[in-house]
Parts: sequence; structure tokens; C-alpha cells
Amino acid sequence: MTFDSRLLPYLLLAPQVAVTLVFFIWPAAQAVWQSVHLQDAFGIRSEFVWFENFEHVLTDPNYLDTLKVTVIFSVAVTVLSMGTALLLAVLADSKIKGARAYKTLLIWPYALAPAVAAVLWMFIFNPDIGSFGRALRALGYDWDYRLNGGQALWMVIMAASWKQVAYNFIFFLAGLQAIPRSVMEAASIDGAGPVRRFWTITFPLLSPTTFFLLVVDMVYAFFETFGTIHALTQGGPGKATETLIFRVYHDGVVNNDLGGSSAQSVILMVIVIALTAVQFRFIERKVHYA
Amino acid sequence: MKQTRFIDVVPHIVLIVGVLIFAYPIYVTLIGSTWDSGTIGRGGLPLWPGGEGAANYAQAWAGEAGARAKYTPVRTMMLNSLIMALAIALGKIAISILSAYAVAFFRFPLRMAFFWLIFITLMLPVEVRIIPTYKVVADLGLINTYAGLAIPLIASATATLLFRQFFLTIPDELLEAAKIDGAGPVRFFIDVVLPLSRTNIAALFVILFIYGWNQYLWPLLVTSSGDMETIVTGITKMIGTGESANDWNLIMATTVLAMLPPVAVVVLMQRWFVKGLVDSEK
Repeated sequence: MTFDSRLLPYLLLAPQVAVTLVFFIWPAAQAVWQSVHLQDAFGIRSEFVWFENFEHVLTDPNYLDTLKVTVIFSVAVTVLSMGTALLLAVLADSKIKGARAYKTLLIWPYALAPAVAAVLWMFIFNPDIGSFGRALRALGYDWDYRLNGGQALWMVIMAASWKQVAYNFIFFLAGLQAIPRSVMEAASIDGAGPVRRFWTITFPLLSPTTFFLLVVDMVYAFFETFGTIHALTQGGPGKATETLIFRVYHDGVVNNDLGGSSAQSVILMVIVIALTAVQFRFIERKVHYA
Repeated sequence: MKQTRFIDVVPHIVLIVGVLIFAYPIYVTLIGSTWDSGTIGRGGLPLWPGGEGAANYAQAWAGEAGARAKYTPVRTMMLNSLIMALAIALGKIAISILSAYAVAFFRFPLRMAFFWLIFITLMLPVEVRIIPTYKVVADLGLINTYAGLAIPLIASATATLLFRQFFLTIPDELLEAAKIDGAGPVRFFIDVVLPLSRTNIAALFVILFIYGWNQYLWPLLVTSSGDMETIVTGITKMIGTGESANDWNLIMATTVLAMLPPVAVVVLMQRWFVKGLVDSEK
């Protein structure tokens, strides 16, 4: 059942299509165009160079280091935030006193910006002013994430995971609440203990949520944590905490290397498209089974 | 009488530790915002509030110079963040409800092509097209404007998909009845579809407001003047390289103020917020 109108649907679509074309499609096309061109120093002439920019980027040992940092960072953030959130969600979902209060107290960090989360961590772990940072030094541990690359990576991983736990918690809780109580009760009557019930029933039934969160957390770690890294370490010391997205920003904005930065943007687009495709394949499968 | 066993207490212990891990940094920041910069800078921040709270907040709010430097007033940054967040949230809702209405209630040439065009934006987050988008905005003369801050972020496939999904659940009979009563598409939208979408709009608003308020990379690029600064980017600019001799009292007061609106929205609108999040992402 639909309306008949020749002009109206196009008028309704116009604002969103205009914004999409001007600020999404056109810039993305520009990125692709620039990624296969080389501009002279004045930005006046550009020459078609096939995949030279990509070759430069992908054979640059610095870029491969950045890729390595990104993979370590993303996997660590995903595992840490999902693991913590699952533990807390399972506990808060059980028949426990004060479950509602626990939920509210665990949900609110969702509202914090990644950069603000980083600032909060800095207040605590800064070697000069932070209580934990000073305590570590007082214990004789040479703590300074501004100088030590490993410590810096640890800091951005912890701050980024800390912020993402609330998001995972909300979805795990929604997933847990969708599991029929009768299944759990039946297992309980059969004498299965809580740990066994979790691994044989809860965890398999949660797998759609887990998979969904896996993709979302990877995308979060790849892109949204720019603020975390920019606020805490600026990618340093050296390049110890430089992720792919930070490098796009740095090469494009600070170093003004348009071709290289665009080639990197195109590589990132391919990664996002791959992640989105994986997610949709999975959703299709879920709909099929439901 | 049943005894409390240790095993029953363990979940509470774990949950309380979890809650504390999330609350502690906030507590430290709140406390820090009530002391003077010297106390914080020396690393001697106590665990109880000091007496400088009112002075710190007043100073940060008005942008009076601290001991080290002068900053953009928090009231300016808060206003900028508020305008950006509202423009992004309301703009996204407005353009996606209209386009979803077109896709769900009309049949017209190129319908699916438009649908896919909108859908593709899902795969192009602002971060991956950052430099060319900046160039487009610069060419349009929108650097340091609210339009430049908000418009490039308002096209959203998720909101469109959510509304379309919801519109498909509106029963055909409703549309039929409206048609018999002589209501056209505009009437039907205003009298039936909008009221029915209230809950979805509210839920989406909460999510999008937080999304807008928390933007970082984009405001960092398109604003260069202090009076267009948003509060989240403003904090990191106040911190600079993070030396001990900062105006930490003002920075912490600013951080508290920056967290306040989105946290208030989440806590006060928790039910809508959870619904909006779970619905729009699935």
C-alpha cells in the first residue's frame, strides 16, 4: 500500500541525498582520485601514478609498524572491554539484590567522549600529578608513559577499553534478557552448576550479540579512539601509539601529504567495507535462522 | 535459617569493584576541581573536597586567565558543543525520517538506487574521508561555522534504516483508512506517522545527542578560532603536553562540566537510551 505522487518522494529524499553526495560520496571519490595521483609541491599539477602511492605506503616500514600497533591495540581493546562487560552483565543479570542500581552505575560511562576518558585516566596515571602514577614511582617502578612506548600503549589500551565496557555491557545485558528463563531453570533442575550453565547454555545463545559486538568494537578501536590517542599520547612517544587513523590525520593535516594520506584513507575504507560486509552476512544468517 | 555463604557474596564484590573502577576517576576529577592548581600540580591531591570549588568553576566558566594561561570560556565552549550536538541530532532525525518515509510509502523510479546511496554512508565514517571532506567544507567557506561543524555529520544510514524498519510495521489498514478519509501523504505523515514515531524519535535523540556532543576529530579540524571551540577538544588544548605546571584546577572543573550534559541525558533518559541503542544498532 503506497501513495501515488511523482514529485513528492524526490523532495523528501532531497536533503539526505544532497548531504550524502556533497559530504560523503564526493569526498570519498576525491580520496580515491588523489590516491592514484601525485601532486606537485604547489598543488597545481597532478600526475596519474597508478598504484605508486599505495606502493609507497605499503612498503614503508613505518606504516607496517603502525599497522602492527593498530592490530595489537584493537585486539586488546576488543578482548578487554568485551570480557569485562560479559562478566559484569552475567552477574548483574542474575537474581541479585540491587541489580537495578548496579546497571545504572555501569551504564553511564557510555556518555563519556573517548577523549574525556583519556583525560580522566591521565588525571590518575600522570607520573607527576596522578595518584596511581606517583604510587608506581614511589614503589620504585620507572613509570612515565610520556617517555616509555610500552607504557604509553598500555595507557591508551586501558583508557579506550574502560570507555567501551559500558556499551558492551548494555548489549550483553539485552542479549541475556532475551534468553528464556525456562531453559536456565531446566538446566538448573538437571543439576548443572552456574559455571556449566554459562558455558553450555548462556554463552552459545549469546553468540549473535558477541559477534555483533566484535565488529562494533573493532570499528571503535580503529576509528573512534582517535580522541583517546590524541588526548593522551599524540601517537608517541616516537610512534609507539600511532594507529592507522592517527597516521591518516598526521600525514594529511600535519605533513600535508595528500596522495599518501588518501591512499591510507582508501585502505581504511576497504577495511570498513570488509567489516560491514562481514556484519551483514552475519545478520542475514541470523534472520534466516530466526 | 540460611547462612550467607562466601560464594553468594562474590558477585557483589565483583560488581562493586566494577562500579568503583568506573567511578574512581570521576571522583578524583570532582575532588580536583575544588582545590588550587598548586596542590594538584605537586601531586598532593587529598581524597576530600577543598575550598576552591566555587572559585574554580566561576573562573573556568567566565574564561578568566589561570595562573599559567588564558583559555576560551567554558560557557562559550559549552554553547558551541550544545549547538553542534542539537544540530546533529535534530538534523539527522529530520532528514532521515523524511527519506525513510519516501522509501517506505512511495514507489518511484530509482527508489532502490537512492536507498543504496544512503546505505553506503554506513561504510564511510567521517574518519576515513577526513581530508577531502575538510577540503569540501573549506571550499564552501564553512570553516569556523556551525554549519561546517554539523552538516557533514548529519547524513546517517542507521537512523534512516531504523525509521524505515519501523514504518514497515505500520499496518496497511491505517494507510487505507487515511486514504478513504481523503488524507494525502503530507496529512498522513503529520497526523499518523509522526505521533507513532515519538518513542523512536526520543530514543534516537538521546543517542545522537551524545554522538554529537562527543565529536572530536571533526571539530579539531574545522575550528581554528577560540570562539568556535567545542568543549571536548577544548580540554585537550588546555592540557597541552601535560606538564605538572598546568592550571589543573581549571582543567578538572572544565572536564566535569564537559561530562555533565551527556551523563545527565543517559541517567535521566536511561530507558529510552537503552531502547534507542539496542534498536538502532540491530
